[in-house]
Amino acid sequence: MVNKKNLLEVKNLHTSIEDTEILKGIDLTVGLGEVHAIMGPNGSGKSTLANIIAGRPGYSVTSGDIYYCGESIISTQPEIRARKGIFLAFQYPVELPGVRTWQFLKSALDSIRKEQGYEEMGIREFDKLLEEKRKLVEMDQDLVKRSVNEGFSGGEKKRNEILQLALLDPKLAMLDETDSGLDIDALRIVAEGVNNFKGPEKSVLLVTHYQRILDYITPDYVHVLLDGRIVKSGDSGLALELEQKGYEWIRESITSGAKT
Amino acid sequence: MVQAPYKNEQLLADFQTLQENSVAWISEIRSTAMDTFGEIGLPTARKGNEKWKYTNVAPIARIEYKLSKPAAVSLDQIKATAPWDDSWLNLVFVNGVLRSDLVRSDVDGVSVFSIAEEANLDEPCSTIIDYLGSVTDVSDEGFAALNTSFLSDGIAIEIAPGVQSELPLNIIFFDDGTTNSISHPRVLIVARPNSAISVIESYVGGGSKCTLTNSISEIIVGERASVSHYRLLAETDETYDIGYGRVKLGSKAKFKSRSFFRSAKIGRYDLNVLIDGEGATCDLKGLYFTSGSQHMDNFINIDHAKPNGTSYLFYKGILDGRSRAVFGGTVLVRKFAQKTDSIQYDKNLLLSPHAEVDSKPALFIYADDVKCAHGATAGNIDADTIFYMRSRGMDLETASKLLIYGFAGEIIDAVEIDGLKDFLEDMFLTALPSHKFEF
Amino acid sequence: MLKGERECMAEQKVISRQTGVEEQQYRWGFEFDIESDVAPKGLSEEIVRFISAKKNEPEWMLQWRLKAFKLWQDQGDDSAPTWAKVHFDEIDFQDIIYYAAPKSKEGAAKSLDEVDPELIEAFNKLGIPLEEQKKLSGVAVDAVLDSVSVATTYQDTLKEAGVIFCPISEAVQKYPELVEKYLGSVVPYSDNFYATLNSAVFSDGSFCYVPPGVRCPIELMTYFRINEVDSGQFERTLIIADEGSYVSYLEGCTAPMRKTHQLHAAVVELVALKDAEIKYSTLQNWYPGDKDGNGGVYNFVTKRGAARGENSKISWTQVETGSAITWKYPSVILQGDNSVGEFYSVALVNNFQQADTGTKMIHIGKNTKSTIIAKGISAGKAENTYRGQVAILPTADNARNFTQCDSLLIGDECGAHTVPYIEVRNPSAQMGHEATTSKVNDDQLFYLQQRGIDLEEANYMIVNGFCRGIFKELPFEFAMEASQLLRVSLEGAVG
Repeated sequence: MVNKKNLLEVKNLHTSIEDTEILKGIDLTVGLGEVHAIMGPNGSGKSTLANIIAGRPGYSVTSGDIYYCGESIISTQPEIRARKGIFLAFQYPVELPGVRTWQFLKSALDSIRKEQGYEEMGIREFDKLLEEKRKLVEMDQDLVKRSVNEGFSGGEKKRNEILQLALLDPKLAMLDETDSGLDIDALRIVAEGVNNFKGPEKSVLLVTHYQRILDYITPDYVHVLLDGRIVKSGDSGLALELEQKGYEWIRESITSGAKT
Repeated sequence: MVQAPYKNEQLLADFQTLQENSVAWISEIRSTAMDTFGEIGLPTARKGNEKWKYTNVAPIARIEYKLSKPAAVSLDQIKATAPWDDSWLNLVFVNGVLRSDLVRSDVDGVSVFSIAEEANLDEPCSTIIDYLGSVTDVSDEGFAALNTSFLSDGIAIEIAPGVQSELPLNIIFFDDGTTNSISHPRVLIVARPNSAISVIESYVGGGSKCTLTNSISEIIVGERASVSHYRLLAETDETYDIGYGRVKLGSKAKFKSRSFFRSAKIGRYDLNVLIDGEGATCDLKGLYFTSGSQHMDNFINIDHAKPNGTSYLFYKGILDGRSRAVFGGTVLVRKFAQKTDSIQYDKNLLLSPHAEVDSKPALFIYADDVKCAHGATAGNIDADTIFYMRSRGMDLETASKLLIYGFAGEIIDAVEIDGLKDFLEDMFLTALPSHKFEF
Repeated sequence: MLKGERECMAEQKVISRQTGVEEQQYRWGFEFDIESDVAPKGLSEEIVRFISAKKNEPEWMLQWRLKAFKLWQDQGDDSAPTWAKVHFDEIDFQDIIYYAAPKSKEGAAKSLDEVDPELIEAFNKLGIPLEEQKKLSGVAVDAVLDSVSVATTYQDTLKEAGVIFCPISEAVQKYPELVEKYLGSVVPYSDNFYATLNSAVFSDGSFCYVPPGVRCPIELMTYFRINEVDSGQFERTLIIADEGSYVSYLEGCTAPMRKTHQLHAAVVELVALKDAEIKYSTLQNWYPGDKDGNGGVYNFVTKRGAARGENSKISWTQVETGSAITWKYPSVILQGDNSVGEFYSVALVNNFQQADTGTKMIHIGKNTKSTIIAKGISAGKAENTYRGQVAILPTADNARNFTQCDSLLIGDECGAHTVPYIEVRNPSAQMGHEATTSKVNDDQLFYLQQRGIDLEEANYMIVNGFCRGIFKELPFEFAMEASQLLRVSLEGAVG
């Protein structure tokens, strides 16, 4: 039974790339207004999970389903999922040579607005809005005039992702290791961006390897992903425990039969 | 493309003589090739002859060649012109004939067959049966067809699976420069899976008379095998040298080639590398220094027929006098050769107002998930670089010299056999002009 | 051609993202029903004389045509060039109509009132406003329907500036000294097979002369169109910029959809004298053939500019999205010292189109400079070849060339090829050539999709980004049209 109050429900999801199974039966429920953290060692499949929810091609779903606002989205095109309010802040944002940031952001915003029944935003209004969000993420004015992510440093690219989060205002924000490789200032901006975003009608899915960002963004739930399965769930305390004891601790406690 | 048929009574007579009393296997190969040669002749046509666009072989075709004969040449003479180390596996050919008195005995795992000896047997060694001619298509290559028509001597070498030979194979083709003579060197190297070997091929000698050395070198690199190939063309200002290199790479095979041109009147190196196995790599570097009225044509083609291959092609030229260098390279990436990574570069330094370089690096791409790039430059050392050196106290002439040597040095440094590297350094650094750039 | 290439072109399988190639919506493919004055099919001395007579040409012009015709006849069909990497059925030169003019006119109309209203409506449908609207954007339009120039607008403004802009047939009558002096001086009739053909049967085109020191006040434009079935289009354009002058010229082309192929063999000659500058922009959208490769225009054009005077400059900017087969190399001969040649190009091929295009920069004078930036986009089963020649002659001291060719592949059934010919005979030259090949990569498409942009729009945005460097060289309205043309041409390229 699928609960319409839940923003996202992942049921027994199995996915593979070519012949390798990556996700081996994921069950996850994200209610409205909740912040979930997905943690796990490299290769556990946490990035894959976020990408699959966003609809990245190249993976095959061998069984299970994903429900968003009560509807299955397994066969929905990625841009439709985006227009319905799913946002993914990429781990490695790509460069789009020659595609101007301003043009890109307006096109994105307009297509989402259209889906919601609004008209395209006027140019002046958009300029104002963009300026507001740019200041929020403390991004250099010049960068907005350039091609998307072209020549941006790692930190600038991540800031650009948060700028887009603020601008496009989705319902479900997924962050794929957005904190990796960031210095303290950039981390602060990312965290602020997420905290400003979240609210009773919005949810956040934070994919992260390290505990650090959870000092700034308090999760309601923490899930540990190991070898394609969620092996343990808990509250923010679990993250701290992980930080102290490491992933090996979880692995051992599973093999020795201990349960949550 | 219309070709004039090549008329040479002497050569035809030599061919007849060769075919008399020869065993079936070799006589068949020769006659099939001669049939082809009769149809296509030499590539003298100027119109529509894209492969030879910048190289006119009419002067070569005009000569009535006769097959060269064995000659007495001392080892010292040879050592003076070609790279040599007593510890290497040295094989010396004089005027196309193997000097067995100079040959070392077989080394473990490396089988060496003299084609002249095998030519006397009803059934030659399996290396020849399985591989000779297997990677060379002579149907539209006149010189190659001619070479095969006169197949009589040469070397066939097989490195057994898993054998990593420490000793370089040093193959020397020395010509004593008899007027209007022609020789047809033939090399076949088969590196079985997981084997490794280095090969040096030198074309040296020649006198002040016209000789034509027309060679074919076939190299088959098996799965995970590795071959490092060095080629040197250092004859004289009066010789013609046409050389074919035909290489086939199996999966995960590695092929390194370093080719050096120092002198010939007209030289051509026609190298084809076929990437016929997944994940194979080839690294081809070349240095050509042309001066006087020399003409050197490097025609390098890489065919990515399988995915995940890597090719790196980097040729450099220094041109002086009234010389001319031609660089024609094609990289072909076939439709299913996804994830190919290919870089192709030709850089040229012109030192004289009468020199000419014609560069045509072409890319033909049919697969979309590839990384392919190429570039070519021609010109002078830039003024900023010279200024920088002068600001560190060097005069213009010293700075220029250093830069020219540095330009050539990049390719010489890629030689991994010390004895050979020393030899090449001596040869080029004494030859390169100390040029004064005017700025 | 390497052995492998023939094999590649025969293969058919699809492995990646695309589901199929949809039929392009060629928006401009409709016919006009206008009575035309049509010559019988075939080429002979009579036809050449017929064309010359129709235009009331002076004797010297007829003689020039006849010399060209004689050469063409002597050479025979065999001498048609075959080295380009394009494959097409042999052209039967006797199966073509060499002259077709809309019947309702004898000599160009002086005002729009005189022009056949159906013609005006036809041009409106094509989006070419001969009327007042265009005046606002300041473009003088010389529209050519089939072989004859229909109307030439804004004569007054141009007359004031002293600029001559009229159909070449008119120029032959009114300014014979200029035409005789320059016609064939950049592309002699013996230059190549198609130029020879054109020299014999050219029926019209634009002529422009800008006097010394004049900066042409408006952008000049000619809109070509091939309408008559089986007719070829053999226009001839001659532009002369006298000392210290400047002119910007735009060329736009469309053709109706036909099952058979139509031949377009034009010749464009540009002459820039001392300190003069000519900017020539083309937006070519000839009918490319249907999704199975039937029909379409064969576009075999010879375009050459002579930067004759010191400090002269000639720039070619082109966006080519049409034609079944394109064979053209707009070139610049850098004769004058300090002269500059530029070539900016976007060539898009989809479905079964084939293009073998590029440029030639010949450096002769001292301190000459050339810049080549060519972008090729291949989709469907198309083949795109960049063929460029940079020749630096012994006299060209301090010549500079920079070439950048980039190819973008969409799907795995197309081909993108780069064949540069670099010939350097002067040691003080600095010449650099770079080429890269890439594809619209899946990560980029997904990034855009995740921001709500659908797949086709995402593909267009990336390709448009790829071309941006070229589009910004076009005059403003052309740049808009170019982006639009790109969008339409890419339809169906991603599944």
